[in-house]
Formats: sequence, structure tokens, C-alpha cells
Amino acid sequence: MTPLEIAGRTFASRLIVGTGKYPSPEIMLEAIRASGADMVTVAVRRVDIENPDRDDILRTLSPDEFSLLPNTAACYSAEEAIRAARLGRAAGMSDWVKLEVIGDPDTLLPHTEELIEATRVLVAEGFVVLPYTNDDLITALRLEEAGAAAVMPLASPIGSGLGLLNPLNIRIIKSRLSVPVIVDAGVGTASDACATMEQGVDGILMNTAIAAAEDPVEMAGAMRLAVEAGRRAYVAGRMPRREWAVPSSPLEGVPPPA
Amino acid sequence: MEIMQIQVNGKERDVPAGTSVATLLRDLGLDGRMLVVELNRRIVRPPEIESVQLEAGDRVELVHFVGGG
Repeated sequence: MTPLEIAGRTFASRLIVGTGKYPSPEIMLEAIRASGADMVTVAVRRVDIENPDRDDILRTLSPDEFSLLPNTAACYSAEEAIRAARLGRAAGMSDWVKLEVIGDPDTLLPHTEELIEATRVLVAEGFVVLPYTNDDLITALRLEEAGAAAVMPLASPIGSGLGLLNPLNIRIIKSRLSVPVIVDAGVGTASDACATMEQGVDGILMNTAIAAAEDPVEMAGAMRLAVEAGRRAYVAGRMPRREWAVPSSPLEGVPPPA
Repeated sequence: MEIMQIQVNGKERDVPAGTSVATLLRDLGLDGRMLVVELNRRIVRPPEIESVQLEAGDRVELVHFVGGG
């Protein structure tokens, strides 16, 4: 499998994973290793002053082993997301950001106007911006114009596990963008990941599908295989679909009935 | 000793007047940790932590990385 390349950096895995909602830090670490992911997302939150070790992800994840991609989750405006991105850069000493600007708390769908604006500002500040967006071509094109290093449309709403609801839109986005397309959010199980990669996208970002599985480590391994299988099937090029059966065995040389 | 009130992660806190950011972190037992200090919405870079002095009413945010998607 050819590596994933974003903004001149290469990643052996086409799978990027989140670090939220795991049953324990130990299971998280084992699952992330099983997923094969090189890059993991993290959130920036207040330190619990009474118990500063609580929730400190760097106690579990070493930045030497994984590239940390700070997100701007729970931001509802460009201003809030820009602030979160700057805090993430200061915390991680990296210019990369998974940009989220949410427009509605029930669907967690993106506020696309604010997202484009935040992308523009952060790109001007030297950030490598990976915006989470909806599966809409026009927004994807505007994010690319604004300088996004990759565009990350959803498969279905964050944490829903509903899988790839609109493969056509994802294919259209992939066919029209020059920057990598990473499908972010909505994958529920391995077949979803495989089917998503078969659309030709460059990678997948997922969190809940692994973290909320009954056995996250086993699911992480399944996702690793599914992403690779889907990518290889896409590269191989599938056979054409036909309405009627075509035999696979020769029609000649069948011994006649007695 | 003169006391002033500041806010740390949304909670009121009394500190001696003239406290620096570095002193605040030491008093909280947080010195040497990987965290980011934001003072009145402006990030305080590590080299400035010793020199930046807090003033009454300052709002300090101390943040770090946690799990997220």
C-alpha cells in the first residue's frame, strides 16, 4: 500500500484514530497500536488542578511514537476554533490542527461558513489545517481554496456509527479536489471502513467505532485490515457490475449425462 | 502581604500581589508539567513564565491534551 501523504509528510497508515471514550488508557494504547495508525487526534481541555494527572493523555501516549493532531472539538465559532488551535499548537509544538467548527449540538454538523473563515486565518498563521466538514462538494472546494492541507468530509454524523451514507458525494469530492480527502466520522464497523476506502479516498479518521466496540483492540485490528483491503480493492479496480449471470467455468467439455 | 483575586480555570483564587505565572504554577504544584498557560486569552510562552506578573482580576487558563476524536 502506498503511504498517505499530507502537506509533504508521509504516513505508513491510511488510518488516523481518535483517543476519546476508551474504557481505560491501557486499552486505548493497545488499540491504537493494533490499528497501525501513525497519527492520533487529541483534544485541548482545562487541567484538573486538584488532580492534574487525570485525563492527561501524554501520560499514556508518547509523541515520539505517534504524531499528535490537536482538534478544536466543541468550538462553535471561527474565533473559538482559532483560539483552540493556537492552544493546541502551544501544547504540542506542532502546526497541525484538525479543525472542527460545529453548527448544531444535536447533529454535530459543521458550521461551514465559520469553518472556511477559520481555515483561512489559521493557514495565514502557518498552520497545516485539516478541516472536518460535511459531504458537500462546494464547501470542500472552498476549504481547498482557503488553503486546507486535506479536506475531511463525514461519512455520517460524529459518533453515529451509521457508516457511509452518501458514497456518491464522497466520490464527487474526491474526483474534484487536489488535496487529500480523509473521511472523518460515522464509520461503525470494518465493512464501513472498507466500503469508504473503496470510493478512492486517501484515508479515514475514526474514534468511536474503535473505542466503543465491545473489544476495542480487536476492532482496531479489524479496522487496520479493512482500510488496507478497501484501498487495495480501489487500486486494483473492481470488475464491472452486470445484471445477469456470466459463468466462471467453461461451458465446453462437460461430460454428457448418462 | 497584600492579597489579590484572580481566576484560574474559572475558579476564584487569592494569591499574593505581584505573583508571577511561574510562582502560581509552583503554588499549584504544576511546575514542570506539559501544559499551556493562557492569560486573559493570550498564550504565555515558556520563556515568559518567570517574568509575567499577574494582576488582580486576571483570568488564567491552564490546559493540556486529553483524549478526543
